[in-house]
Amino acid sequence: MNDMQLAASLERAPARYIPATKFGTTGFGFYVYLLSDAILFSALFATYAVLKTANAGGPTPQVLFDLKNVGVETACLLTSSFICGLAMQADEARNRTGVAIGLIAVFLLGVGFLSLEVREFAGMIHAGAGPQRSAFLSAFFALVGAHGLHITVGLAWIVLLLCHLGAMGFSASFRRRLFCFSLFWHVLDVVWIAIFTFVYLLGIQP
Amino acid sequence: MFGKLTLHDIPFDQPIVMGTCAGILVVGAFVLGLITYLKRWRWLWEEWITSVDHKRVGLMYIMLALVMLLRGFADAIMMRTQLAIAGGGHAGFLPPEHYNQIFSAHGTIMIFFVAMPFVVGLMNFVVPLQIGARDVAFPVLNSISFWLTAAGALLPNIALGVGEFARTGWLAYPPLSELAYSPGVGVDYYLVALQISGIGTLLSGINLVTTILKMRAPGMELGMMPVFTWTALGSNMLIVVSFPILTATFAMLMLDRYLGFHFFTNDAGGNPMMFINLIWTWGHPEVYILVLPAFGVFSEVIATFSGKPLFGYRSMVAATLVITILAFIVWMHHFFTMGAGANVNAFFGIATMVIAIPTGVKVFNWLFTMYGGRVRFDVPVLWTIGFMITFVIGGMTGVLLAVPSNDFLLHNSLFLIAHFHNVIIGGVLFGCFAGMNYWFPKAFGFTLEPRLGKAAFWCWFVGFYLAFMPLYVLGFLGMTRRMNHYDNPAWTSYLQVAWVGAILILLGIVLQIAQLVVSIRTRRQRLDLTGDPWNGRTFEWSVPSPPPAYNFAVEPVADGLDTYWRSKAARRAPAPIYQSIQLPENSPAGFLVAACAVACGFAVVWHIWWLALLGLVGGLGVMIASSWREHGEFVIPATEVARIERLARALPLKS
Amino acid sequence: MTETLASTPTHLRTPGTDARGSTGRWPTYAVGFALAAGLTAASFVLAAHHWLTPASLVAALVVLAIAQMIVHLIFFLHITTAPAQKTNILALLLTLLIIGLVVIGSLWIMAQLNAHMVPMDQLMQMQR
Repeated sequence: MNDMQLAASLERAPARYIPATKFGTTGFGFYVYLLSDAILFSALFATYAVLKTANAGGPTPQVLFDLKNVGVETACLLTSSFICGLAMQADEARNRTGVAIGLIAVFLLGVGFLSLEVREFAGMIHAGAGPQRSAFLSAFFALVGAHGLHITVGLAWIVLLLCHLGAMGFSASFRRRLFCFSLFWHVLDVVWIAIFTFVYLLGIQP
Repeated sequence: MFGKLTLHDIPFDQPIVMGTCAGILVVGAFVLGLITYLKRWRWLWEEWITSVDHKRVGLMYIMLALVMLLRGFADAIMMRTQLAIAGGGHAGFLPPEHYNQIFSAHGTIMIFFVAMPFVVGLMNFVVPLQIGARDVAFPVLNSISFWLTAAGALLPNIALGVGEFARTGWLAYPPLSELAYSPGVGVDYYLVALQISGIGTLLSGINLVTTILKMRAPGMELGMMPVFTWTALGSNMLIVVSFPILTATFAMLMLDRYLGFHFFTNDAGGNPMMFINLIWTWGHPEVYILVLPAFGVFSEVIATFSGKPLFGYRSMVAATLVITILAFIVWMHHFFTMGAGANVNAFFGIATMVIAIPTGVKVFNWLFTMYGGRVRFDVPVLWTIGFMITFVIGGMTGVLLAVPSNDFLLHNSLFLIAHFHNVIIGGVLFGCFAGMNYWFPKAFGFTLEPRLGKAAFWCWFVGFYLAFMPLYVLGFLGMTRRMNHYDNPAWTSYLQVAWVGAILILLGIVLQIAQLVVSIRTRRQRLDLTGDPWNGRTFEWSVPSPPPAYNFAVEPVADGLDTYWRSKAARRAPAPIYQSIQLPENSPAGFLVAACAVACGFAVVWHIWWLALLGLVGGLGVMIASSWREHGEFVIPATEVARIERLARALPLKS
Repeated sequence: MTETLASTPTHLRTPGTDARGSTGRWPTYAVGFALAAGLTAASFVLAAHHWLTPASLVAALVVLAIAQMIVHLIFFLHITTAPAQKTNILALLLTLLIIGLVVIGSLWIMAQLNAHMVPMDQLMQMQR
C-alpha cells in the first residue's frame, strides 16, 4: 500500500500494528530469502564437515590451501563490504556519482576476489586435485564454488544496478534494489567468514 | 544436435505407455481445439495465464493438483491391480523395470505435484483475504512460483513418452541413483523437475511469510490472526528453512551424475548415507508443511459449522508453533535401521513421540469446539470428522513406529506404507477436500452440489479403509514395500481387498468430477449472493463471492479475534466511502520463465547443451526485462470501485 | 511520510535500517570495518602459528568467527536487539536454531553411523 493509504489507515485505527511500506516489505522479504540461503550454505557446510576427511588417498587440505591467497581474498571482500556501506550513504544523499563510484569499486574488488579464487581452483585441478578426485574435494569445490557463484551473481547485479541508475536515476524501485543488493553483499561476506575459518584456517591444522 | 536423445528413446514397445501418451495427446488436442473454437485464447492469457492476482494463482495451483491427482492415482490403480494378481508365480502385467518407474512416479507426483500445490493453492487464495490484504507481498513472484511448479510437474509427464522416469523410489537414494547404477535419464528427469519446482516453492514460502508478517490489516496483531493463517505461517516458515536443504542435496547428486563428483558415490570417499540424512532433514519438515495447513482448514471448518468460536485459540497457536519447531528434531526416524546405534535412535524415537502431544492438543480442541455447538453436517464437516478418525489412527501407528525396536521389524514393510498413506490421505488430502468444498463458493460464487459431495466422501472414506487397513496386516505378515510380485499365498486375499478399496476411491474421484460438472451446470440454483454462505467468522466472508480483484473496497480494521463475526452482530456500519485502488498489472514473466525452465530442464536431461544455455539465458532475460518495468501498477478509480461493489452486492446502481 | 512512520514507537524496522529508518552513517561502517579487520587478522595470525593447543585453537577461531559475524550483523546490517527489530531477530534466531540442529544433528548421526560401520576389509570379505 502507498503512503497516503497508510496514513488514512493510521487515522482510522490508531492501532499498534500497521502494515509495512513497500520498501519495508521488500527488504524483509529479501532478508527472508537470505536466511534461506544461509540454510543452503549450512547444508553444504554439513556435507563438507562430514566428508572433509574422506580424501581417498588423495591431496589433503594441508597440502592444498594457501593462506596468503585466502588472506588477500578476505581483505578484498571485507573492504568491498565497507565500501558497499559507503555507497548506501551516497544513495541516502541521492549522490549519483558517489553511488556509481562505490558500486564500481565493489565490482572491482569482487572481480579481484573471484580471479584469485578461479586461479586457486584452476591450480588445484591442474595438480590433479579437482572435484572428481575425492569426496573431500567434491565438498570443497561445491561449498567454496557455491559462494563464488553467489559473488558472480552479485557482480552481474552491480552491472544491472549501474544500468538502472543511469537510465532511471533514484527511483523507488532502484533504491529498493540497491538496498537488497547491499544486504546480499554483506551476507556473502558473513558466509565467507565461515568459509575461511572452518575450511581454510582449520583445514590447514595438522 | 539433440544430445543423447534419439527416436529409440520413445518406448514404442510398451503398449500401456503408448496408450497413455496417445490419450494425453488426444485430450490435450481436444482442450486446445475447444479453446480455439470458443475464441478464448485472449481471455485465457489475460485472465489466468498472466494474472498476478493471488486468487487466480491459488486456483491454478489447485487445478494443477487435481489434474496431477488423476495421474498419480492412475499409477496407484496400476500398482494395486498388479499386486492383486501377481501372487504365486504369476508375473502380473507390469515387468519390474516398468513397475519401479510407476511407484517412483506415484510418490513423486503425489507429494510434489498434488499435495504441495493443493496446500499452497489454498494458502494463496485464502490467506490474503483472511488477513485483510489486497494481494500477497510479491504478486509477480507469486505467478512465477506457480508456473515453475507447473513446469516441474510437466517434466515427469514428458518422461512418460520420451525416455523413462526414475526407478529409485520417490527419494532417489544413492548409490542406486548414481550414474553407475542408474545410467539412464530417469533420475535426471526426477532431479531437474524437483529442482525447478523447488525454486518455485521456496519463493512462494518467502512470499507468504512476508505477506503474513508485513501486510495484515491495521490492528490485526498476531494474536488476532485466524488459525488457518497461523498454520500457513508455520508451514511457510518450514518451507523457507527446509527447501534449501532439498536444493543443496539434489544439486550435489546432480554434480555427482553430471560432473563426476563424489558426494554420495560408493568410491573415492563418497558417503551415500549423507544423502539419506540430508534428504530426510528436508523430508520430515515437508510432511508438516503439508499437514499444518490441513489442520488450519479443519479449525476454520469446525468452528464455522459448530456455530462456536474455536476452542482454545491460544493452545492451538502454541501447538502449531511447537509442531513447527519440533518438526526439525525427528528426521532420523526415517532411517532407524541404518545403524546409527541405540543412543541416536533413542533420542529421535522419543522426540518423535513428543511431537504427537501438540497434535493431540489440537484434536481435543476440535472435539471441544464441536461439543455444545449446533453442528451442521455439510460436506466440509464430513471430511473433517473423517479426518479426525482416520488421522488419529494413522498418528497412533506412527507412534508405534517411533519405537526403534518396533521399527526394526516394520521399516519398509507395508505397515509403513499404510501408516504414511493413513496420515497423508486422512490428514492432508481430506483437509484439502474440506477446504475445497468450504471455500469453493467464495472463489466461484456458487456452492458445490452437496449430495454428490457426500457420496464422494463416503466412497473415499470406506475406500480408504478397505485399501489401507489390509496393508497394516500385510506389514505384520512380512510383506515389504515396492514388491513387483510375491509368492506367499497368505497375502493374496488382503491385496485383493486393497484393490477393491482402490476401486472405491476411484469411484469417489469420479463422483468428485461429477460434482464439479453438475455444480457448474446447475449453479444458478446454488448462487452465493451474500458472500457468506456458511455464516463464517473471518474476513474472507465479508467480501462478495467471487471477490473483486482488489478484495476489499475499504481495507478492514481488526479489533480482536473474529472481527467479522462480531461486526455481523453489531449495528449496521455507515455507508463506505470508496477511494481509488492501486493494483499490480498482469505479467507474462511467470509463464515465460517457466517455458524457459521446461526447455532448459529437458535439455539438461538429454545433454542438449545449446538448448540448455538458451533456456537459461532466456529465463534470466525475462527476469531482467521484467525488472525494467518501472510502474507495474494500474489504478481503479473510486467511481469504478463503487460500481463494482454495488453490482456485487446487488444494490441499485447510482447514476 | 517516512518520518511519521519512523516515529511510531513499535513500527518494525526493515533489517538493514537503523532507528531513523536510514542505512546508517559512515562512522558506523568505519568502526565495523576496523573491528572486523582486526578480528580477521587475529584469526589468520593465530592459525598460522602454533601458540595454542589444537583444541584451544579451534575454540579461539570459532569465537573469533562468531565475533566477526556479530560485528557484521550490528555494524553493516544494523540488526540489533532493539524492540523495532523484533521480527528480524526472531527470524534470525529461528534460522540459527535450524542451522544448529541440521549441522550438529547431521554430524552426530554421521559420526555414529561411521562408528558402527563394519570395517571395509571385513565388509569386502562378506561379499560373496
